[in-house]
Amino acid sequence: MKVSELIALSGAKCLTGEYEDREIACGYTCDLLSHVMGKGQADMAWITVQAHMNVIAVAALLDFACVIIPESLPVEAPIIAKAQDEDIIILSSEKTAFELVVLLAANGVAPAKKG
Amino acid sequence: MIIKETYPVAADDMSVAGDVSASIKRQMKRLGIPNQIMRRVSVCTYEAEINLVIHSDGGEIDFAISEDEICVHVRDVGPGIPDLDKAMTEGFSTATSEVRNMGFGAGMGLPNMKRNADGFAITSEVGKGTDIVMTFNI
Ligand SMILES: Nc1ncnc2c1ncn2[C@@H]1O[C@H](COP(=O)(O)OP(=O)(O)OP(=O)(O)O)[C@@H](O)[C@H]1O
Ligand SMILES: [Mg+2]
Repeated sequence: MKVSELIALSGAKCLTGEYEDREIACGYTCDLLSHVMGKGQADMAWITVQAHMNVIAVAALLDFACVIIPESLPVEAPIIAKAQDEDIIILSSEKTAFELVVLLAANGVAPAKKG
Repeated sequence: MIIKETYPVAADDMSVAGDVSASIKRQMKRLGIPNQIMRRVSVCTYEAEINLVIHSDGGEIDFAISEDEICVHVRDVGPGIPDLDKAMTEGFSTATSEVRNMGFGAGMGLPNMKRNADGFAITSEVGKGTDIVMTFNI
């Protein structure tokens, strides 16, 4: 599944504007950054309610496909600017984390492998 | 030695936490370090950098690349870790509620470092500081 397909299917908004489309290899959801550091893989879609600078740092270091913020939680402008600098795609969805996982899985996105 | 750099890390400044790890990743990318190694080094430098910010009184990260090895040396000026076995246990954390709210404090940072480095050595003395050396075979 590509990021563009995820956007089309979920109705998510891309907060970081124009983006280079990329394949989503796997998915993971967790709000504890060290767990994400341990499990994270390149091209992963990461669902988290955390929306601060360190989330962007983690996503950039591990080269994630996108970060998805559920339930339309607010993301401040400096966070979006930092993500744009680092070429990180941030999506915002009205759906809950659970609904997003269901959607990703139904479209063939695998869980991130055990770290 | 291909490169050797020292990056200072200030205590408590969450706004720049991660910047040192980002600089180190850029260096590795420039030098063509394989993705798998780059990923493991990034996990370790990031966890170490965050620990310096949230747990220490400030410190430094040395990053060195030689022919066959990457070496990351992390040291701080205190407060030191009273029980290293406990600190290395998954789930053990003394993080404040403030940083826990940001998603830190899972007690997985040191175990992540140990798991991702080829060589991992930690020493610590209360009142003096903590010293971690991690190596990665290229
Ligand atoms: N540089 C340091 N100086 C002093 N204490 C430290 C330092 N690094 C780690 N510790 C101690 O070791 C504990 C475990 O560290 P670890 O990185 O594994 O977990 P954490 O930082 O608490 O949470 P996480 O890394 O999962 O966000 C810390 O809670 C802290 O008490
Ligand atoms: Mg830690």
